[in-house]
Amino acid sequence: MPAAGPAGFDLERRYALHPQVAVRPEPFGALLYHFGTRRLSFLKDPRLLQVVRGLADAPSAHAACTAAGVTEAELARLARALATLAETDMLEVA
Amino acid sequence: MRLVDQFERGLDAPICLTWELTYACNLACAHCLSSSGRRDPRELSTVEAKAVVDELERMQVFYVNIGGGEPTVRPDFWELVDYATAHKVGVKFSTNGVRITPSVAERLAASDYVDVQISLDGATAEVNDAVRGTGSYATALRAMDNLHAAGMRGFKISVVCTRHNVDQLDAFAALADRFGAQLRLTRLRPSGRGADVWDQLHLLPGQQKQLYDWLVEHGEGVLTGDSFFHLAAYGSALPGLNLCGAGRVVCLIDPVGDVYACPFAIHENFLAGNVRSPGGFAGVWRTSQLFRSLREPQSAGACGSCGAYDACRGGCMAAKFFTGLPLDGPDPECVVGHGATALSTVDRLGAPRPAGDHSHAGGVRGGPVPVTIGRRPPPHACDESPLAGIGAGA
Repeated sequence: MPAAGPAGFDLERRYALHPQVAVRPEPFGALLYHFGTRRLSFLKDPRLLQVVRGLADAPSAHAACTAAGVTEAELARLARALATLAETDMLEVA
Repeated sequence: MRLVDQFERGLDAPICLTWELTYACNLACAHCLSSSGRRDPRELSTVEAKAVVDELERMQVFYVNIGGGEPTVRPDFWELVDYATAHKVGVKFSTNGVRITPSVAERLAASDYVDVQISLDGATAEVNDAVRGTGSYATALRAMDNLHAAGMRGFKISVVCTRHNVDQLDAFAALADRFGAQLRLTRLRPSGRGADVWDQLHLLPGQQKQLYDWLVEHGEGVLTGDSFFHLAAYGSALPGLNLCGAGRVVCLIDPVGDVYACPFAIHENFLAGNVRSPGGFAGVWRTSQLFRSLREPQSAGACGSCGAYDACRGGCMAAKFFTGLPLDGPDPECVVGHGATALSTVDRLGAPRPAGDHSHAGGVRGGPVPVTIGRRPPPHACDESPLAGIGAGA
């Protein structure tokens, strides 16, 4: 069941960008920088940026994906990317 | 398109950049990449430096690597650090530790937006001080002690790998553990005064493999600043972007505001402009002819027929330039051995000299003693004209 996503990340929960994370849009997607952990991440997909930006206003990560037009076929890939961001504290449970 | 290809074409703003705040330094390290020592009277004023920060904020440059010289000897150093972090430009600064007192350490430990990098080029005083000068090991250790005692965690211990310290990698890692710090290893370049000692200090071929294996074993726990992408030709790539970011995703702003393609390329051939010019830093970054050309596809040249080229991308531009090698050929430390062959046929004495020497005339007390007679004439005779660089890029 792809909607469950990798361990520790739950597509049905509500997430938001960590308050210490800055986002810089780029042609390939975006650069994310966490001022607390001093980690840099690359969003290699403009769609992922759209999802990330919509997280805080959506009732769940899943809903944010749907709102950004992510199809069921794309969902597993996007969920993996979001899980990685959550693991590195770029996202937090809202 | 792969991310790395995007980066090779350059971004509208650097991901991060090196900003050397002053050429003044209390030390006279033998391999100083910026030939630092004496302050330059043309260095950016506090107001000018703050204007650069304003630009970096607008461009969303997330952080700057501040160096020098010894940046903390600038009287307005903390003012500039506070200004940068207040404007969402994070700061990581490199220091030899001379000003990291207990109270400074406490202040640093309290800030999320400032990171510190202590330079150390030997895990023992003997190895370190031979390159950095008598007492510099003790100074660095005292600074690390102060940071640790203040509760600062994860600061960096930054090591330039040489043939004399490459056997101490485990000892460096142990030092980092002892102080709750993170180890950062970088490559020695023949830049600045490093040009004079590169032949004596750069890693021997067997040591390069030794370093590579050690880095592979330690993975992401050890930082490298993307220094060693030329070693990717041994096999798998090391963590990081593994590309030369010069003028594409990184650059250098030097103390007088000159913008160079990278911190290891202080030479007019790599000078893109000056932040004092009407378009400011953003204008230089976006419109300089040099940076535009660096963002064009680069020729593999003599490396085109080598199977390792996709991995190493021809290595480091600055390392080639200052050893007299063509830019579209092998790195002098090419792991396949093409660099050694090229070096044996090139006119080394005719190699371009690093520009802008700010070395202390006559050195400093306890400074490193050259192990061989350098190619360099006496410092005063080789000082650049005081007018050099003025008007460049304006």
